[in-house]
Parts: sequence; structure tokens; C-alpha cells
Amino acid sequence: MAKKSHVTITVNGDEYEVLCEPGQTLVDVLRNELQLTGTKEGCSTGDCGACSIRLDGDLVCSCLVLAVEADGKSVETIEGMADGEVLHPLQRKFLELNGLQCGICTPGILIAAKALLERNPDPTETEVRFWLAGNLCRCTGYDKVIRSVLAAAEEMRRG
Amino acid sequence: MATILEKSGFNPDRKLKIVGTSPVKHDGPDKVTGRAKFGADLMLPGMLVGKVLRSPHPHAVLKSIDTSKAEALPGVRAVITREDFPDLPQGSPAGDLTRNCMAREKVLYDGHPVAAVAATSESIAKQALKLIDVTYEILPHVIDPVEAMRPDAPILHSKLRTKGVKGAENKQTNVVERLDLAIGDVEKGFAEADFVVEREFDSRPMHQSYIEPQGCVASCSDDGQIDLWCCTQGTHVFRDRLADILKMESAKIRVTQSEMGGGFGGKTGFYAEPLAVVLSRKTRRPVKIVLTRNEVFRSTGPVSGTRSRIKMGATKDGSITAAEAELIFQTGAFTGSMFFNAPQAMFTRYALKNIRTVSYEVVSNRPKVNAFRAPCVPQVVFGVEGIVDELARKIGMDPIDFRLKNAMKQGDTTVYGQTFGPIGFVETLQAAKACDHYKSPVPKGQGRGIAAGFWFNRGGDTTASLTVTPDGSVTIMLGTSDVAGSRVSISMMAAEELGIPLDKVRASLADTSVMGNNRVTAGSRTTFSSGIVVIDSARKVIKELCRRAAMIWSVPEDGIVFEDGYCRPASSNVGVFEPLSIAQIAAKTSASHGAIAGHSEMNVTGEGPGFGLHIVDVEVDRQTGRVDVKRYTVVEDAGKAIHPLQVEGQYQGGAVQGVGWALNEEYVYGEDGRLQNPGFLDYRVPVASDVPMIDTVIVEVPNPNHPYGLRGVGEVPVVPTLGAIGNAIGNAIGIRPQSLPMSPPKLLELIEQAEMNGGGRG
Repeated sequence: MAKKSHVTITVNGDEYEVLCEPGQTLVDVLRNELQLTGTKEGCSTGDCGACSIRLDGDLVCSCLVLAVEADGKSVETIEGMADGEVLHPLQRKFLELNGLQCGICTPGILIAAKALLERNPDPTETEVRFWLAGNLCRCTGYDKVIRSVLAAAEEMRRG
Repeated sequence: MATILEKSGFNPDRKLKIVGTSPVKHDGPDKVTGRAKFGADLMLPGMLVGKVLRSPHPHAVLKSIDTSKAEALPGVRAVITREDFPDLPQGSPAGDLTRNCMAREKVLYDGHPVAAVAATSESIAKQALKLIDVTYEILPHVIDPVEAMRPDAPILHSKLRTKGVKGAENKQTNVVERLDLAIGDVEKGFAEADFVVEREFDSRPMHQSYIEPQGCVASCSDDGQIDLWCCTQGTHVFRDRLADILKMESAKIRVTQSEMGGGFGGKTGFYAEPLAVVLSRKTRRPVKIVLTRNEVFRSTGPVSGTRSRIKMGATKDGSITAAEAELIFQTGAFTGSMFFNAPQAMFTRYALKNIRTVSYEVVSNRPKVNAFRAPCVPQVVFGVEGIVDELARKIGMDPIDFRLKNAMKQGDTTVYGQTFGPIGFVETLQAAKACDHYKSPVPKGQGRGIAAGFWFNRGGDTTASLTVTPDGSVTIMLGTSDVAGSRVSISMMAAEELGIPLDKVRASLADTSVMGNNRVTAGSRTTFSSGIVVIDSARKVIKELCRRAAMIWSVPEDGIVFEDGYCRPASSNVGVFEPLSIAQIAAKTSASHGAIAGHSEMNVTGEGPGFGLHIVDVEVDRQTGRVDVKRYTVVEDAGKAIHPLQVEGQYQGGAVQGVGWALNEEYVYGEDGRLQNPGFLDYRVPVASDVPMIDTVIVEVPNPNHPYGLRGVGEVPVVPTLGAIGNAIGNAIGIRPQSLPMSPPKLLELIEQAEMNGGGRG
């Protein structure tokens, strides 16, 4: 057994200390060590985007990041998206416009969409589609996902 | 006893308050906040991690399995192999099932499980797999179903004999069954035709590609009680099949469903779940197994690949006179393709008097196929709708008019003997003709295609219970699975019946110990069937509420009516009383006869068949062969859309799954019989930038067998996709493709061929 490393990660503002195997991915640590199972694992190869999180603000697939690489860094997951009881406009629009069916891809899509709107508050439909091209959804055909993101963007611009 | 089925109470003039609106679905908030628990999300104290060792060979005798080194590895708690499962007869349903979960005499496909390990960590479990020593005697393999039918093909199952063929009793074969289905006289029908078109088509297996890999936790107690938590389309079916293969009683197994991250048919059967159960039984600790995406591709699903020859004839005035088909379905290593759907559904929507079909199901060295929305139908409708279009063109008719002329109506009888009640195919075609997409000219450089589709829709064993709480709010227990939000649609029907706001109703998904048996959630049955048993339960509750009101007022029971959530005196003769709400009656149940609840168990029938028509515009890049879907419209009869946004979601999701199947998705095997693309990078499902918005037209021709008129909507949206896209590409490049997927290399060949012919059909 390889020696474990001591890793300190701040997740949604809370600091955690974990012992990680060298090969353990960040998604594995989030889910199985910290029991933050809102982040989903769909492929483990960075192709489906279900494990999308923010790492020091960058949008990444947490299955492609080793936990030891996240040492000292700040992670944002779906569990930190709502402000207490108040849902983020993206979360609310996904509910109102039925932007989710089974819901397995939803945390990753919401995290990715939030990163988009911080960078581009007024995206076109095409820009949303290309930004979310790394997040697979098999249920919705994307129509209501895209509409939900565009509606949230509009609401957030109005403030 | 008169049931709701005998008297559905359907009233087209009924004013609905909740049904037909699109409230936020009840499972939604947990799914946008990360709280929802899916198959891989359960953690139990003392839980071990299970991993599966899989065959790298497509076909081999399992000579020996030495697990001693793996067992000696610190942290390994158990290793299981075929020895840990009862030896059930080969070729029996349970025998096939157990052999698919854990190879016994032979391995039959790349990815076939041969052993499994439970260890204290995933890395130890993975290390242990490498220490298991398996001796294989490699056999010749066969991947292609047509090759598998040849007399000299490698035989997968020595005891398999073809069903439906005389004199096959002594012959080893890979053909599981031959199925003949016919009506009328096709020779006579073709003789009456002015135009006859005959073409051959083929399709490859595609994978359901739910984003959630199968995940489960099994926990076995010292007295042998098994708890299984998993993502499943049918808890009861999982329980009873587990009991079959473990030779134990169903009552000792409890299956609890997690939220399910997509199934589409692919989670109607189990894979690693029995391995987790046996590992837990051996270790007496909870064992979790979550499949990797590689394992999902190599060992679960996929959809049946097909070869077909289809022939249809029509007269000059546009009547189809005969249809004939020869169909071959590959089912993977074990039977179970549900290929019988195809001959029944492929022509059904056209009123044909003469049909002859011969269908074969064939095993080969691939993973056993599983259901996918309208199992085995879209890939043959791909061919039928191509020929229908070709006939319309030869006759010189508009393709929708041609379909309208031949459309099935109420009173028409299908090839499988069902005489239709009210159906909405004509209305669907008319709505398609009237929609903006069809009326708009085809943009320059693009091709437009249409195709129609049918699915039976299903009913079957279904159970539910509905309980009034002391404050008058209502809880519902459902025995079915929720694959996309049926909980809210079913709650809406209960709220409508009871005359209370939707917010006062909450539905939960029951484990198998709570409710009587349910068929799997499949075939577009759940909102329909669970809706019916919940409405039946609600009506029982209403009857009881009236009885309690009668007791409270000391009047006869028949003196009470229930309206808009209140019990009222039926007339002034009964007396003058302030109406009693459900909450007021519920508050007094201790003083009457205890809690008020209704439950219902039925083999639900009366499902209304569904029909759809898709319109699609595509642009084909003549240099690369890439297809760009520019515009897509789904027109479909929902009977009654209980929750229109969710109905639209079914239409849109089905269409885009079809886009993937039509253009990209296929299993690619090497000469060595190994799957070469077991990952989302090489097996490419549509991404957001691949598709446009999907327009929808919801047609509502009520199904009178349901109190609100609904028809299932889960399967039909996939059925026409492949045909519509095929026809659109054909119209764009001049030659209609006959092979799925219509990938760039194939289209480049067709484009070249069309250019050599002087631009195809022009």
C-alpha cells in the first residue's frame, strides 16, 4: 500500500483534512471520504461532465484531478450553490422550466452553467450549447437545459 | 367488484384544475441541490467495496479459477466465483440470468464476469483482481448475427435449439427462435400493386447510455435477510429474479430503489447486484459495487443490432397493398431482445390487409442486449419509413398525405389481432401537416425528412396506496419506479381527484416489502398504470370520507356527496350541515374508525396506443459527410398531457437519443472480438452543441380507458427518429441510406455514388 498523503481542502467554505492515496481522484475524495455525494461520477475519463466542480474558480472534471493536487485549494460543489435556503437562479429556473429529468447530470450542468454566466452574463444559445458540450445529458435532448440557462441569465442580468 | 377499469369515469368535459398544468416536480429540489441519493450514493457503516473481474476473451472455456492469492491479500474479505452460485439449468430463464451475472462453463463475451472481490478499499479490491488466476481455453468467436446463423459458426450454447422450426430438435444452433407473423395474402397484395419497393437495411447495437452507471449496496444479515439498495426500473422484478438465481424466498429479500440516473430500458435487469448480495452474504458486511463506464459498455445493455429485408407495394392511387419483412435480431450472448415487438409494431399505423414477416433472434459473442425505449422497433421502422417515402415519391404524393391515406383508425385491426379503440394517428398527421415546420419551405442546401411511429404502450401489474394524514394532507406509496418525474404527475392526478392543492400530496417510492408486485417501469406504462391505481385508491378514500361524514352527521351514507375536497349533504333533505373538508374529517378519525387510506392492486389494461410523426431538416457536408440537424419537430398524441412540460421532455429526449443512434452511435468490435469503443470519447452520444431546440406539438386524442384520457409517451418519441433522419439525408444527398449509423464514411460513399449517377434521384 502506497503511503497516504495529508491533504487540506476547502469545500464550499468549509476546511477539511483528509488522508488520500496517491492515486485517489478528487471526485472519489469528495464523494467517499467527505460524503459530499452531490457531485456525480459518470465516466471517470473526463468525457461526461457529471463530476464538474470549481477548483480555485476553474471549471474542472473532478475525476481528472488527483486529490493531492487539490491540497490547499478551494473547491465549489453543488452542495454550496444555494445560499442557505435560497436557491441560485439557475437552480430555480431548472425547476420551473423542467430543465432536468433523471437529475444525474444536473449538478455538473449547474456548476458549469454558473461558471459560464460569471464569465459571460449574456450568452447566446450557441454559446450555451458549446459551453455545456462537455456535460452529457441523455434524458432531455438539451432543449429545456439550454432554455433554463438562458432564462436564469436573463433574470440575473435584471438583478 | 367494479373497478376503475370497467368504468374509468372519463369525461371529456370535466373541468380540470391541476391536471394539464406544469408544476415543479417533487423530486426536483433535491436534484438541483445535490441531496438526491442515486445508486452510488448510499454509504453504510462497515461497508466494503466490491469489484468485478471480467473476461478479456469473447469466447472461452473457463478451465479453472484460482483465487487463493487474492484471498490472502490483506484487506480482502471475500472472493466469489461461479462456485458461489447455485448451478441452474442452462437455457432456463434463471440459468441464463445467473450465467450472465457470473460466467459458469464458458465466457461468452468480452466483459463477462468471472469473479468478484470485496475489500476494505477500492485500491485493494483492484489489486486483488490482478491476483486471481483464470485459465481460459480460447474458442473461436462470432460477433456478427448473420455469420452466427451459418452452419459452421462457433456455437455459444451447446444445448440451444431453435424454437419455432420443425426438425430443429437435434441441431446445434445460435438461432434462438424463428417467429412468423402474417395476415392476409401478400402474393395477392403485391400482384395488385403498381409500385413495389424492396430494400435491405442494417443497424448496429447502440447503448442506452444512461449517465449513471449501475450502483448498488447489498447488506445481508446473520439470519439471511438481504437488503439491496440500487437504481432499478423494477424493484419487484429484481427481488424475484434474485430469489430465482439464489434459490431463496422473495420475502427474505428487500429491494429499495434509489433515485435512478437514467435507464431507458437498460435498468430493467440486473448485472452486478447479485454479486454484491453474495459478497455481502459471505462477509456479513454491506458491499457496494459501482460499475465503471467501461464495464457499463462491455457488460450491460446494449440495444439489438439488426439486418432486415423489407418489401412494400402500393397502387397508383396511393393504397399500400402488401408488406413483407425478413428480420434478424442479434441478442448478444443470451436471449432477451424482445424482438417479437418488431414484427408487431413495424407496419402498425398503416391499415394493411396483407402482411408477412419472419423474424429470427440470434446469439453471438456480445453482451446480452437489454431493452431500450420501444425495444427492437425504431431500427426496423428506419427501413419501413424509408420505403413508405420511396413509394410516396414514385406515386407522386405528399409523404404525409400518403401516410394519411393509409392511416389506421378506430376499428382497424392490427397484425397481432388488436382492434383499436380511439387512436390519434390521423389527428397526429393532420397536426404535422398544419405545423409551421412542415409548412415552411425547405431551406436551400438542406433535406427534409418525415417518418411516423407507433408503440403499443403498456399496462400490467401495478400497486399503490394513498393515506390521509391527520392534518388532511396525503401521502402516496408507489410500487413503480420513477424514471423522469412520474411522482409529480401521479400526485397531480390524486390532488385532482381529492380536490386539494398539489402541495398537500407527496408520493414516495416504496421498497418491495411495502407494496404488492409491480411490473418494471418500461413500455410507457408507469404514469398510466400507477395513475390508475392511485386514482382508484383516491376514490376508495373518497368513499370512506363520505362514510365518516355520514357517521359524524348521523345521516345515511348515500346522503353524502364529495365535491371539490369537501363532503356535503347530497340535498337539503339530508339536513343542513357545514361541508366537511378532508382535513376536518381526518382530524376526527380516532373517534370514528381509525386512519383513512385506500390501496389498489391491479393488472392494469386499457392502455391507449401512441402514434407520432417527426419532421427533421438536415444539412450534409459534402466534403466530410457530417450531418448537421438544423430543425426538428416532434408531433405526438399524448391522449392527455398530465404535465405538459414533462411530456415535451419525453418527446425532446427521445428525438435526441434518435439523433445519436442515427448518426454516430455503434458498438465497434476488433478482429479479436473485443469492444473497441467502451467510453464516451469513442462512443459519442449527442452533446448540447450537436442539436437544435426540439419543437413539439402535443396532440390530445383522449384514451377513454383512463379517467383523464392519458396515453404513455415514453417510447413513441424514439420510434420515428431514425427513419425521419434517414429520409432527410436521402432528400439532401439523393440516395436514402440503408445502414445505421449514417456516419460520415458511409455518407461520403453515398454522396460519391449519387454524383456518379448524376446527382442521385434529382
